[in-house]
Order: sequence, then C-alpha cells, then structure tokens
Amino acid sequence: MVSMDMITKTFPGVKALDEVKLDLYPGQVTALVGENGAGKSTTVKILTGIYQPNGGTIRIDDAPVSFASPNDAAKAGITAIHQETVLFDELSVAENIYIGHAPRTRFGLIDTAEMHRSAAKLLTDIGAPFSSHTQLRDLGIANKHLVAIARALSVDARVVIMDEPTAALSHKEIEELYELVETLKSQGKAILFISHKFDEIFRIADRYTVFRDGAFVGDGRINDISEGDLVTMMVGRSVDQIFPQSTHDVGDEVLKIVGYEHPTEFADINFTLKKGEILGFYGLVGAGRSEFMQALFGITKPSKGVCQVNGDIKVIRSPADAVSNGIVYVPEDRGKQGAIIGLPIFQNITLPSLGKTSRSGFLKLAEEFKLAREYSQRLDLRAASLDQDVGNLSGGNQQKVVIAKWLATQPQVIILDEPTKGIDIGSKAAVHEFMSELAAQGLSVIMVSSEIPEIIGMSDRVIVMRDGRIAAELTKDELSPETLVRHAAGITSDGAAA
Amino acid sequence: MTDATQTRHVPDRLNSRAARIFKSWEALLLAVAIAIFVINSFASPYFLSAWNLSDATFNFTEKAMIAFAMALLIISGEIDLSVASIIALASTAMGLALQYGAGTSELVIIGLTVGVLCGAFNGFFVTVLGLPSIVVTIGTMSLFRGISFIILGDDAFRGYPASFSWFGQGYIYWVFTVEMLLFVIIAIIYGVLLHKTNFGRAVYAIGNNPTGALFSGIRVQRVKFILFLLTGLMSGIAAVCLTSRLGSTRPSIATGMELEVVTMVVLGGVNILGGSGTIPGVVIAAFVMGLVTFGLGLLNVPGIVMSIFIGLLLIGVIALPRLWAMAAARRKT
Repeated sequence: MVSMDMITKTFPGVKALDEVKLDLYPGQVTALVGENGAGKSTTVKILTGIYQPNGGTIRIDDAPVSFASPNDAAKAGITAIHQETVLFDELSVAENIYIGHAPRTRFGLIDTAEMHRSAAKLLTDIGAPFSSHTQLRDLGIANKHLVAIARALSVDARVVIMDEPTAALSHKEIEELYELVETLKSQGKAILFISHKFDEIFRIADRYTVFRDGAFVGDGRINDISEGDLVTMMVGRSVDQIFPQSTHDVGDEVLKIVGYEHPTEFADINFTLKKGEILGFYGLVGAGRSEFMQALFGITKPSKGVCQVNGDIKVIRSPADAVSNGIVYVPEDRGKQGAIIGLPIFQNITLPSLGKTSRSGFLKLAEEFKLAREYSQRLDLRAASLDQDVGNLSGGNQQKVVIAKWLATQPQVIILDEPTKGIDIGSKAAVHEFMSELAAQGLSVIMVSSEIPEIIGMSDRVIVMRDGRIAAELTKDELSPETLVRHAAGITSDGAAA
Repeated sequence: MTDATQTRHVPDRLNSRAARIFKSWEALLLAVAIAIFVINSFASPYFLSAWNLSDATFNFTEKAMIAFAMALLIISGEIDLSVASIIALASTAMGLALQYGAGTSELVIIGLTVGVLCGAFNGFFVTVLGLPSIVVTIGTMSLFRGISFIILGDDAFRGYPASFSWFGQGYIYWVFTVEMLLFVIIAIIYGVLLHKTNFGRAVYAIGNNPTGALFSGIRVQRVKFILFLLTGLMSGIAAVCLTSRLGSTRPSIATGMELEVVTMVVLGGVNILGGSGTIPGVVIAAFVMGLVTFGLGLLNVPGIVMSIFIGLLLIGVIALPRLWAMAAARRKT
C-alpha cells in the first residue's frame, strides 16, 4: 500500500538515510528494526511529513506522493502514535480526538453533541473503558495511548505508525495493545511498528525491515527468520570508527556500590570501579541507567544501598556531596542539566571549583580565567572568547565546557551519560580520545552509552542493564554486539544469556 | 591531524572594560537620572537646595534597602511580595514591645528578628515545600498585615523614645541623614555580595538555570532560603527606619510599598524572569525614582498623578532599548 524507495535524507555533515526502502502492506504489521541512530525516527518523520527527503520516492497505491507538511501526510491517511504523543491534558477525550477537525454546526461552531457521538463510537470500536467526556488528565498512560489511537482512526487513517508504543506500559496494558493492533489489522490498516523488544516483534509483526547506520539491510516475512539472524542483521557492521587504543593500567578499587535500590527505577545494583578503568553501561532506553547515575550523583535518593569511596562509606544526599567526594556527572541533557546558558564560558567552567579560585568566599577573576584557560585548552575548546555566553556554542563545544567544568574539580570518578549523543563526528573522536587519556591518568570513568561501537571500542568492562537491574557484567574479551543486544533485550533462546 | 585540530588560544574577553560599561543598561539609566535632575532644577527654583535634596532621599532610602535584597531574590528566579506586610508586622511587634517598656535597643532587635522570622517563614514554604514564591508571598502579604490589623485595629502605637527617632530622623553630618548612611553601607554590602563573592555567582547560576546549578553541585535551596532571610532582614531594617521616622505604628504602614520596591528593581535592569541584573543599576534606579517623585512633589503634583508618571517611566525606560533596536534593524533593511 505504501512504499518508500531509494529515500535519502541528509543533514549538515550527516547522511541520516541512504537510499533506504520500506514497504507497508494493508492488514499487516511491519516491524522496523535497528539500533539507535539507524534512521528509524528519521523515516517516521519523513512518512509523517515533518522532514522532506533529499531523494527517492514515496508511493501510496502506486501513485507517487510528496508531503510538504505534516498536514499533507495526515490527509493522505498516515498517522503516527509517538512514545510521548502530544495530547492536551485539560481537554476532554472527545476534544482531544477531534482537535483540528471537529464536526461543525451550520454556524461554524463546534458541534459538541455530534463530536461526542462519533467519539463514543470510536471508543467502543477499540474497546476503550472510559467515556468521551472524561478529562484526559484523569487517564493513565495506557488509556492515553487509546485516545491517540482513536484520534488516528478519526482521521480515517490507512497507515498507523507506532513508535515504541509499549515503552511505558505494564504487561496487562501491553496485551490490550496487542489486541488493538489485531483489530486495526482486521480493518485493513497498514501498521508500521517500531520496537527494541524482540519478544514483541516476534509476537505481533508479520514482516520486518532492518536498517543499520541509515542504510537498508534487509526485509522479509517474520516467520522466515530467527531472532539470532535478526540480531546479526541489526548490528553486523563494517568497522568504520577507530577508537583510541587503551594502554592504561587498571589500579585499586575506587568506588564500590552495594545494593542500590529505588522504589520504581532500579534495584539490586552492585558493582565496583577501579582506578583508571572505563566502565561502560549499556542498555535500552528506559533500562534505568541514567536514573541510577543520578542517584549516585545525589540528584535523587536511593531507598537503599551503600556507596564506598576508597573503602570509606559515604552518604551522598546532594550533588554537592558527590562533588566533594570526587564523583562528578556529565548529564545527557546538556542544555538543561549540563551547561548554564546565560553565563559566560569561564563562569561555567569555574562554577563547581569556586572554592579553589576564590579566597574566603570572595571571587578572584584572574584565578578563574587561569583555570578556565587551562581546561579549555586541554579540551581544545573552539570559542570566540571565554567571556562569551555558553549558549552560543555548538553542542560539541558545550559538551567540552561541561567536561572541563568537572575536570577542573579534579575528580576521582567521572560519569559520562551519553557523552557523544548529538555531537558531530569530529568532536566525538575528540571526546573518545580524551576519555582514554583521562583513564591513563588514573581517573575512573563510567560511560553510559546506547551506541554499541562506542561501548565496545571504549570500555574495559561493561555492565548491561535491563528493566532497572544488572542483566550482565562482561569483560573486554566477552564483548560483542550480539551479546550486548541479547542481554539488553533479554533474549534467552540461544542459551547465551546468564 | 589537520591545521584546525591544533590547540588554539581562546582569548579571555573581546570587549574592553570601557566598552562594556558604556553599552550597559546602567549607563542608559544614569543618563536618564541626570536628565531628570537637570529638568527638575529648571522646573522648580526650590529643587537645588541641599536641605530639600536631603529630604528627597527619604522617598527612596527605605525602599532601596529592601530593593537590594529583592534584586538578589529576583535574579535567583524568586520574588517576595510580602515585604511591605513584613514592615507592618515588625512595626506592630515593636509597638507592642513598647507597651511593655522596651527600650531602643530592644525595639531594634525585635524589629529585625520579626523581619528575619517572616523571611524564614516564606523561605520554608518555597525551598522546603517547593511552592512557587509568588503564591506563597501573596499569601503571607495578607497574613502578616492581617495579624497587624488584629492587634491594632483602628488604634496606633505612639510614644517611641526620643533615642529611637535617631534612625529615621537623625543626621550624621550637615544634611546627611542616618538613613542615607545606611543606604550607602547596605548598597556596598549587597554590591560586594552579588558581584564579588561565590555566593553571588551561585545566585546568577541559579537564576539562569536552576537545574544546571543543582547539577553543578550548588546547594540551590539553601541559597534561596538565605535570600529570603536577607529580604526579611532588610524589611526589618526598613521597618525600624520607617517607624522611627513616622514616630508611630498603624497597621496600614507601608501599604503598597512592595510594588514600588519591585518597580525599582526592574527599573534597575534586573530581569524579572531572573538571571541578570546589577546592584549599581538598582542604586541608580533608586535615585531616578526619588528624583521623579521629589520633582513632581515640588510642582504640587498629587500622589495619584505621580504614580502615573512612575508607571510611564518604568515602561518607557524598559521599552526604549527595544524600540532602539527595532529602529536600527529597520534602517539596515
């Protein structure tokens, strides 16, 4: 019904999609499989008219179409249900379903009665257990998904895109979603299903398409392929990134975590970290890695658990405590949690080190500039001046400022949360090189990353997390893309999982 | 390795100190202050008299004391609208203590203590319970003054000791009042605190990005709590000065002063959304507001009309740079 052929999409400096193809069939579920950065989201954005491709054709029923805007895609009957679907908490369910295309009376006003009548019918069709008058904010996440689906049906969609629809759902809710997918299939809709969970893919998909690094790898019927082959298609890659050779020695134990537990996010976290070691944390989005790191850094409080630094038990209640114990955190959300936009570069760098650059609480600007100069040179920062607002820097250079800020405190443990996410290749290589330099100097590094090459290329040891728990701990010799994906996704069929 | 990856030297600053000062908001405000001074001296023959000018400072000294603490609070992204009500409550407490025979030093201690306690009350709700400061302090604005009304009703406390009147009516030397001296000392203290200490840097960091500040190891809630305490303390000092100057306490004392304080802070170039602003800016803004009200007073303009001028001045001074930029952009195209 819908086919994308030779679709290419480039962004400045990056080829996000390179001549990919994707076919969707009526009454069938096609699973789009690939790692982070494989080009899945870009594909969805092209199909829904948010991005325009640089090349290739999209056909609907064999007629070529082009979408200049999301509106065009909606008119063509393509609709998407995102991980966090945009809905309006303060409006009723019916208003949410019909916002933008509500039935009108002959005076041009919204025909509320008609709107609720048709909304009620849609809700019955999908078996939703709530009325069209319910306020959206009173619904749970699963029921909000139902509203989004009802909205998709209200525009008479022929193609429904589901982007990780089960990420936030409970088991029971997932079952209900599967039933709904079956209903949609029986109505002849073509469904594009994006998921990282293999059990899910094999449960409901009819066909699969695999992308890797923005390129098409293969497609076919799900019954004709095993989980193992699908994993190989997903991660089997040409070695195109060179990582610095690690020459550093691993020393004594610096950090020991025993029994860290959080009421909802993670449980039973135990590990040790040695001097000069790079410890990778791999897992799917939502596995609880960032949540654990933020607890370690004192942002959130674990309900249980002991943290030992150099053998002494330390209680970390706030980031200030963590910093004074030599633990620092470079967050994933650079703009909000990392850089302080509005303050100049040098003030960003010296912020946690003010105790050192000042005398009895009074600032000494000369000392601050000296420190900022030293670390901006070490990190090869590109900026017009140190007095410039950090907000005017590129993502890669902002990341350098955040790392410089922490290195200036001379920490023992540095936690890097997705350190190269969204930065260009050049800065990426610089960050990698720097990371191994730091380890060589005896700093212990924890690197949270969802990029398999980065994890394998950089880590001395890797902890894989799944559903808030440690699923596996792998030494450098045991690392392979297949094992990582297996442990992260919880595949046990081939007997490879512990 | 290509040429571009070699370590490059990033200069400390691009603009010279003189250029930064010249382009600043404070420079514009200073020009406005001088213009008002010149206009006033032509408009009224009584303006250029040392004693008249000295009297004029009472228009702003008490408000400015609070405005300095308020400036830090607003830069950090919070606000305290209860300051005038804190004055009422502190003044009432002093009047009550007077009935039990408190002397001047006890009165001052009581006034300042009540101020600090009120600040702690606000700070508790904002930093411990995480409530928005604008809501909390609108609530305490009614609460604090309400207590005053319950205690005093239509009455007034009078009969403050002669030595107590030194704060609001005393002179240090010639035309220079005690309040002027306090104003200068407090301005210097807050200027140093905001611009020259680690604490001040933390205030800017919090105002620009509270999450980022927390993630940088700053104890955000503690800093904010201290700022509420300081604002309460300054309201207590203002209460001592005002009560001393008026010589009596009524529950309606300092009504509406919170908005004049906020106006002064915003006129001084402090971003109402937090993150930027300076103490010199607030000092100049204090003079601007003092000069305008005094000048209009000399011309026998009634109080209501005066508030119209203050409102227009605020909007005008804030809109001016924006209009300037729009005109410049239009000329280029």
